Amino acid sequence: MTSLLAEKEKFVVPEEEYIYQGHTLCAGCSAALIIRYVLKVLGPKTICVVPACCFTLMSGRSTYGRDSQLTMPSGLRISILNCAFETAAVTASGVKAGLEAQGDYETTVLAVAGDGGTFDIGLQALSGAAERNDDIMYLCYDNEAYMNTGIQRSSATPDGCWTTTTPLPRPKQGAKKNIMEIMAAHKVPYAATATPAFPFDLMQKVSKAKQKRGTRFFHVLCPCPTGWRFSPEFSIKISRMAVESKVFPLYEIEDGEKYTITYSPRGVPVRQYLELQGRFRHLMTEQHIARIQENVDHHWERLVRQVQA
Amino acid sequence: MEKVISGNYAAAYGAKLARPKFIAFYPITPQTTIVEKLADFSSSGELEAKFIPVESEHSAMAACIGAANTGVRTFTATSSQGLALMHELLFWAAGARLPIVMSNVHRALAPPTNLGADQTDSFAQRDTGWIQLECESAQEVLDSILQAYRIAEEVMLPCMVCHDAFYLSHTYEPVDIPEAELVDSYLPPYVPPFKLDSENRLTFYASSTRCPATQYEFRYHAQQAMERVPAVLRKADEHFYELFGRRYGIVEEYYLDGAELVIVAAGTMVSTVRRVVEEFRQRGERVGLLRIRMFRPFPKEEIRHLLKGVPKVAVFDRNISLGEGGILSQSIKSALYHTDQKPVVFGFIVGLCGVDITQDIVGDIVDYTLQQDTPEEDIIWTEVIR
Repeated sequence: MTSLLAEKEKFVVPEEEYIYQGHTLCAGCSAALIIRYVLKVLGPKTICVVPACCFTLMSGRSTYGRDSQLTMPSGLRISILNCAFETAAVTASGVKAGLEAQGDYETTVLAVAGDGGTFDIGLQALSGAAERNDDIMYLCYDNEAYMNTGIQRSSATPDGCWTTTTPLPRPKQGAKKNIMEIMAAHKVPYAATATPAFPFDLMQKVSKAKQKRGTRFFHVLCPCPTGWRFSPEFSIKISRMAVESKVFPLYEIEDGEKYTITYSPRGVPVRQYLELQGRFRHLMTEQHIARIQENVDHHWERLVRQVQA
Repeated sequence: MEKVISGNYAAAYGAKLARPKFIAFYPITPQTTIVEKLADFSSSGELEAKFIPVESEHSAMAACIGAANTGVRTFTATSSQGLALMHELLFWAAGARLPIVMSNVHRALAPPTNLGADQTDSFAQRDTGWIQLECESAQEVLDSILQAYRIAEEVMLPCMVCHDAFYLSHTYEPVDIPEAELVDSYLPPYVPPFKLDSENRLTFYASSTRCPATQYEFRYHAQQAMERVPAVLRKADEHFYELFGRRYGIVEEYYLDGAELVIVAAGTMVSTVRRVVEEFRQRGERVGLLRIRMFRPFPKEEIRHLLKGVPKVAVFDRNISLGEGGILSQSIKSALYHTDQKPVVFGFIVGLCGVDITQDIVGDIVDYTLQQDTPEEDIIWTEVIR
């Protein structure tokens, strides 16, 4: 279906690891896997810019593994700049400009932010960077709520979802914000979705983005055992089900116009995705499920039309 | 080379001469002509800095923080609402010990929208950890920006150089623009003590929730750095004087000898007060002026030394901390608390929100203060009285 799939056989996963053992993210946290795959592709000439989010538990303080040569070791085997919550994109822009002013055009500056820091409080700065097409990568790992503060709704929280600020009997009302369409409207050179259940797809996309210049955006679904109410061993299964049920299709958008679906989902009923998660437990009436299925089908058909356009 | 330029253009010339490698800009009246002029310098090739036209002042400071972390000299400019929007990141810049230099054009804060001069914007940022300089003339704006980089980069704290809306930002004055080579000898390229790159793998600003004592110690070191500023400023000012023939000091004394009444003021109103002081002196009244140039760190020692034994002090505040009073006035009182022979301090709110401070107003205040033994009120609202 796509060039990425065709190249899958040829893709060699780099052996190098850039995360230390002993990080303090929750058991089963998808963010750790996501960053592991991403850094494998980006390599050591990478600087991560990290606002307030779960990932700071990995990047933002010394972990058990240490590089003994450094007096102030990074939590990863790359440099990390922690920044204010709403500033990930523009701080990355500033870092990139500062490096370029000193002749370093090679280092990749990667902002890594959660959905709160991307869809909500950081959206203005992200829009600014995207409009200027600053030469940065931006990865949003989307766990669909403010998980680091304890499961509060964000504009990435899906319709009908329980969170601590959308308690039952009134779960979140209204659709999740479509961040990919927002980025596409900025005509960024590259935007792609991914999940840790499809690591080759994720790594190939990062590899492709690395060849490009300008603002490159990744929207990576990040199932969260703690906030989504499932047992840690199901993170990958749920990631996969999100894709197979078409809730979270894998695709890329080049220059805001060229849409490509990078994995053909089997189209399993959305119920099978929802029933794995405690945050949707209250929804299990046929009426609710049918409404969600209808929305998922609608968005999938729309995406297929965009691919064909 | 002498040119007749506005205070804002003086700021732009100062910034250009400092050779920053990074500038983030966002427009706000009455600051805009600073960044417009810098954009002109950039497009004509006179200035090599990387420019980012950000989408807010908050992002302007965030971008400067990002760039400054990589070890380059940075500049931005703002005013009023823009500075208020930056508030969060002012703490970040100072806490991160980044020697960012910023022009702030004093403008009133809304509501309602008001473009007039008012010091509350930056005085309200007094606790953020920025060095703050107050300018009286366009020449001083240019010179202070050069000095600001010297001081900031030596103590590793950011520095704000402030001047009043319109009275200075848009008023044209003759300004000596120093030769670039001479400025280069005064302000050599910035060499950061540490910097972010992909070679040395470091984490910057790791969470200290589990080890709060680390951050406690950082605060101590930042305060220690602040306490070094007066000596560093004096040195930077003297070197500046040797090369350019101009110096400004931490505070400026004007007719303080034997003064019975000393007016304490900052910013453009000082020029008006000078004239009034001269007139009173000619009439034999022993009135003097103490200009505050360095507002942060607050020059407590100089104030104690110069105001000791003075019978009366009239503090002119073009600002108000609602619920407390004039910010300068409160700081002066605090500085004098431990001295013997404390003056009686009169606190006047003058020229707030862009109200003109005329020689008549200053004259009336001097007459009033000379007649009164003690202030009738803790905060004296001159315009309301009139």
